[in-house]
Amino acid sequence: MDKNHQSEAVQSEVVWHLLTVVGEDRPGIVAGVTASLYEGGCNLGETSMLRLGGLFTIMMMVSGAQSNEALEAVIQPAVKKFNLRVHVDKTEARLHDHKIPNVQITIYGADRAGIVAETVAALSDSGLDILDLNSDVAGSVEKPVYILMIDGDATQGLDHLKESLASLENKGIEISLTPLETMVG
Amino acid sequence: MAVLDILTYPDARLKQPSLPVDSFDKNLTNFIHDLEQTMDAGPGGVGIAAPQVNKFLRIIIVDVSPMANMAKTKKRRFKSSNHGRLILINPEITSASGAEVAREGCLSVPDYTANVERPGVITIRAKTVNQEIKNIECKGFEARAMLHEIDHLDGKLFLDRIISTRELFRRKVYN
Ligand SMILES: [Zn+2]
Repeated sequence: MDKNHQSEAVQSEVVWHLLTVVGEDRPGIVAGVTASLYEGGCNLGETSMLRLGGLFTIMMMVSGAQSNEALEAVIQPAVKKFNLRVHVDKTEARLHDHKIPNVQITIYGADRAGIVAETVAALSDSGLDILDLNSDVAGSVEKPVYILMIDGDATQGLDHLKESLASLENKGIEISLTPLETMVG
Repeated sequence: MAVLDILTYPDARLKQPSLPVDSFDKNLTNFIHDLEQTMDAGPGGVGIAAPQVNKFLRIIIVDVSPMANMAKTKKRRFKSSNHGRLILINPEITSASGAEVAREGCLSVPDYTANVERPGVITIRAKTVNQEIKNIECKGFEARAMLHEIDHLDGKLFLDRIISTRELFRRKVYN
C-alpha cells in the first residue's frame, strides 16, 4: 500500500501538525512545498494557501511526521529552494470537524484604524463564531475602503447579532447580514 | 418499505448517468416509497435522487417545506417557491434564468459544504407517478434543490460546480 495513504481505520489516531510557510510569491512555491511533503511521506488535511501582499502564505494540516523537528526536516528542500520561513505547531486538530456557517456578514467603510477590531468585537460579543474571514482594502490610495466578508455561526441567533451591530452603522460602517440556508440533497 | 443505503463519493457509481423510467408499475411505486423513506430518515435533506441509492433511473424527490416552516418560525424570509413534496420522473429543465450563489451539501458527500452558483428561476417538465405531465416553476432554494438532484441523474455532484469563498468575495466586492 502507498505509504502516503493511510487506511481509514488508523485515520482517527492520526497526529496532525499545523505547518505555516511564508515566502516571497514565486512560481512553483506550492508545487515545491507539496512535493517535499509527499516525498517525506506526509499527507495533507485542510489547507489555506494564498497571496497576501507580495508574499505567499501557506497554512496546512499535515500528518505523517513524528515530531516538529521531523516535519521541519521534511520541508527543507522547499525551504532552501524558495527561501521560506517555516513554523510548526503540533495540534489536537482533526479532520471531519467542519462547522456549517448560518450567516454571512459583509462590512465596509472608509479605511480607518479600528474598523476591524470594533466590528469583530461587536460580533463576537453577540455570539458570532467566525469560521472564515476575508478582508481587503479597495478604493484608491487617497480614499481607501475597507471590506470584510465573514462566514460565521450566529450561536445566539440572527436578531441578537443585528441588534448589536446597529450601533456601528452610525459610525459610517455599512453592514449587511445574510442568513445562509444550506441546501442538502 | 425500507430505508436504503446511500452511496457516498468516491463511489464511481455516483458519476454514472441514469436512464429514463419507461415502466410505471408496482415496482416503481414501491421503490419511490423506499426513496421517500430514505430521504426522510436522513438529517436535514430536502431532496434525493434515485442514483444516490444505487438505482440508475431518472427519479427525484424534492421537498423544501421543512426549510420553509423553519424560516416561518424564525420570522425569516425564505427566498424560495414551495410546492411541497414533489416526486418527479424523467424531469427536464425547460428554462433557466438568473444566477444565485448559495451553500450546498450532499447526502453522498458527507462533512463538506460549499458555495455553488445556480440559476435562480427554472421551469421543469416531468411526469408524476400517475404519468401526468407537470410543468413547475421553481425559484431560489427550491430551484437549487431541483437542479442539485437533476445533476445526480446526469452523474454530476455539487463538487463539480464549487465557487471558492475568495472568488465569491471578489465578485461581491469588485463587481
Ligand atoms: Zn446530492
